[in-house]
Amino acid sequence: MEQDDSASANDRAPGEHRDGQHSIRSYLLGFGLAGVLTLASFWAAQTGFVYAPAVPILLAALAVGQMGVHLVFFLHISSGPEDTNNILALAFGVFVVGLIVFGSMLIMANLNANMMPAGQLMQM
Amino acid sequence: MDPPAVPLSQRGPASTDVVVRFGFWLFLLSDIVVFSALFAAYAVLSHQTAGGPTGPQLFERGRTLLETGCLLTSSFTCGVMSLAVQRRSALQVYGWAAATFALGCVFVGLEVSEFAGLIAAGAGPTRSAFLSAFFTLVGTHGLHVSLGLCWLLVMMAQVATIGFRPMVMRRLLCFSLFWHALDIVWIGVFTIVYLGAR
Amino acid sequence: MFGKLTWIAIPFDQPIPLAASLLVVVAIATIAGLVTWRGWWPYLWREWITSVDHKRIGVMYVVLALVMLLRGFIDAIMMRTQLAFAAAGAQGYLTPDHYDQIFSAHGTIMIFFVAMTFMVGLMNFAVPLQLGVRDVAFPVLNSVSFWLTAAGVLLVNLSLVVGEFAKTGWLAYPPLSELAYSPGVGVDYYLWALQISGVGTLLSGINLTTTILKLRAKGMGYMRMPIFCWTALASNLLIIAAFPILTATFAMLLVDRYLGFHFFTNELGGNAMMYINLIWAWGHPEVYILILPAFGVFSEVIATFSEKPLFGYRSMVIATMAICMLSFMVWLHHFFTMGAGADVNAFFGIMTMIIAVPTGVKIFNWLFTLYGGNIRFEAPLYWALGFIVTFVIGGMTGVLLAIPPVDFVTHNSLFLVAHFHNVIIGGVLFGAFAGYTFWFPKAFGFSLHEGLGKAIFWCWLIGFYLAFMPLYVLGLMGATRRMQHYAEAGWQPLMIAALVGAVVIAVGVLLTIVQLVVSVRGRDQRRDVSGDPWNGRTLEWSTPSPPPPWNFTIAPTVDGLDANWAAKQQALSQDRDKAELEPILMPKNSPIGVIVAFFAVATGFALVWHIWWMAIVGLIGILTACLARAWQVSTDEEIPPETIEAFHQSGYQQ
Repeated sequence: MEQDDSASANDRAPGEHRDGQHSIRSYLLGFGLAGVLTLASFWAAQTGFVYAPAVPILLAALAVGQMGVHLVFFLHISSGPEDTNNILALAFGVFVVGLIVFGSMLIMANLNANMMPAGQLMQM
Repeated sequence: MDPPAVPLSQRGPASTDVVVRFGFWLFLLSDIVVFSALFAAYAVLSHQTAGGPTGPQLFERGRTLLETGCLLTSSFTCGVMSLAVQRRSALQVYGWAAATFALGCVFVGLEVSEFAGLIAAGAGPTRSAFLSAFFTLVGTHGLHVSLGLCWLLVMMAQVATIGFRPMVMRRLLCFSLFWHALDIVWIGVFTIVYLGAR
Repeated sequence: MFGKLTWIAIPFDQPIPLAASLLVVVAIATIAGLVTWRGWWPYLWREWITSVDHKRIGVMYVVLALVMLLRGFIDAIMMRTQLAFAAAGAQGYLTPDHYDQIFSAHGTIMIFFVAMTFMVGLMNFAVPLQLGVRDVAFPVLNSVSFWLTAAGVLLVNLSLVVGEFAKTGWLAYPPLSELAYSPGVGVDYYLWALQISGVGTLLSGINLTTTILKLRAKGMGYMRMPIFCWTALASNLLIIAAFPILTATFAMLLVDRYLGFHFFTNELGGNAMMYINLIWAWGHPEVYILILPAFGVFSEVIATFSEKPLFGYRSMVIATMAICMLSFMVWLHHFFTMGAGADVNAFFGIMTMIIAVPTGVKIFNWLFTLYGGNIRFEAPLYWALGFIVTFVIGGMTGVLLAIPPVDFVTHNSLFLVAHFHNVIIGGVLFGAFAGYTFWFPKAFGFSLHEGLGKAIFWCWLIGFYLAFMPLYVLGLMGATRRMQHYAEAGWQPLMIAALVGAVVIAVGVLLTIVQLVVSVRGRDQRRDVSGDPWNGRTLEWSTPSPPPPWNFTIAPTVDGLDANWAAKQQALSQDRDKAELEPILMPKNSPIGVIVAFFAVATGFALVWHIWWMAIVGLIGILTACLARAWQVSTDEEIPPETIEAFHQSGYQQ
């Protein structure tokens, strides 16, 4: 169904450009930042410069930062009131993703600590 | 209508553009949840090599950096394409779409050659749980990119045949959302799978 | 040419499956024959099969759910009969092999194709009407979703006739469901049927969430939405977040089975517990996907039949959203006994108990809504009252099971079986029937037979207690679930009592059919000419019954909760005569849903039997249909004011 556009001119969906002039700059800025963060990640992974146990944390921080860059500069997610629905949906998604990944890792580590995996059990 | 007078939530049904893109946004979130289950499986199984090769023995960071560069640049060209879509400038759209398509193809090609090399070296997905999880996670992302490339071709055909109708423009913008989202997933892949391997 | 498919797949040598297959084939042939003979195909094709009207699609979901309820219920009766006789060394009439298929099919069908389908149907029907809009956000996608669900149903039922069904229980735990231990096609049928219908469910979840968040009548802010819309929102958000996990998990099992991967195998590092972890990360939200819309139905029914606004609307909304979040944080309680340590178990046990708090808030809100109300005891309210009592019992046994040490005693026992039937029947199914009775007059323009409706309720209520209270006792006595026979003769009397309960429920199921026939035949006495047979509170009761395809001739404007009630109190009517009728733009019917589903069934069937060429043909078919649709330029049609006027003149006066 086509709906009347005028009633909700301020409601926004992800990826919408607010105005053309700033957008190309936003893409360029995002591209630059993402590139720098990518290179920083690859550098951090093989340098001896950073305290080794801290490398995974640094990588995670760089990855989260780069995802943020993509969301803001490429997907144009902002914190304005017209974006509330998009942000809430995203927050729910992040919540679920976090639960699945970290919940599974925690649970499986606990199970493996308490129980011999079936493969090893079969070899006994 | 004076915007501050009526809260956003009480202004009645949203425009089709907003509805379609919000629906697609929800679809992308659900797709990300699929990846999260695959990431969880990879995280849990990544040390279950069953005596076979491990991640650091198999992965070449140079190739990964090249893949990342391709995908990131294609995300940028895709963004510029969506600006051209709003200007309804067919020629520019074709140009930026061609760049996006080419970069995407290089990415898929690099990944296919990596997979082929691994399988030839006896490190195929049936070798160990680690490799099963690796091939499934990275392969699912690659499959998404490949489907995206097909989608891009279809959209170019639509622009050529039925022009910049509102329907076609909505689909093009959904495509760019999809493409950017795949890039976000790839950040997780290269960080956790390739750089995080030890 | 036909992969693994040979004549051996048809169960000629097993009398019971053969008879069942024949019954299904004869029933389908009879219905198809009748439709052909009466010349109803063009009507069905035009008005139903290709319809993108959310009301029609909702009705089709409910019909599908009722048919599958019959199928699932036959499985239930067979199991109860088996256990009533297979005591003290007797083997009963079902072989273990067949019994395993029956309990797997019963669980799969009842959850995915009865409870789920019923709830999605009710949401599809009622949500856009309650929101005061003309259709869902993506009407054609809605049709695709429905037909994909139907495709899954068809595949599951095909397994009855061609091949076998899974013998692995309703969640197909590996390593049993891996190729090494289940080499047959049963698990493949299970996986492909649920993958296909799961895609449909996911799309439907996206569709309804977008509808609720982006398409509401003017003035309907979030805190003015009917409570059923809130519960539907929570339920569909859970679908969006949980069903992808199911899809991914099944995909991993599928690559294990088809391509020799090692996610969940016993060899080369695979870990079956990962499947169990992931499947419950979907499975626990799933039960809230089912129960939340039921809570919404009860809220509407209780408020309507008490003629009072719902008590504690805001707390109800908060409780709903709290349950939505919490339901994602408890999944380990489904495998307390499978190796987690005391600390992890304690965490998930406590989280599980916390869910009881918002649920308790809801129970008290319903009681306070009833308190001091002008209560009319009609069939929908019967279901709601039966629900409150039954669900509280089920909830309490749930809190009991949430205590890990107790779970170590009762896990995998009939106590657990009694618990989840207590909440699924007492909660979801009662809610489904309440909604069915409540919205039936809105859908068809006449109400269901009241006396028979109450009789059905009493059959289900009494039958439920007779069938499942003995199972609590049996569970505590040590009877395990999924057993085909038992040595302990002392259990037999309780097993017989449970069979009697199942028979009483069977009477209720049969009466549902009788009620439908009686109501249709006597529809002229029970016509709903007002559009508002129950003195309802929300917008769906402000439009004629059945509503026109465009739902509301004049788009409603809302300035508070319970919009229809407020309009009635202020003697407001959105007067059609005074307003200038404008043409309404509505989506055209589309056959794409049924075409995609046809090819999906072909693909699924081909993959089950390893008929690779057919799978490729099916996929190409789906792709071609989608491309054809993508090039369809005119997808909407305008309904002229004359048609709208003619509808209102045709006797259905508002």
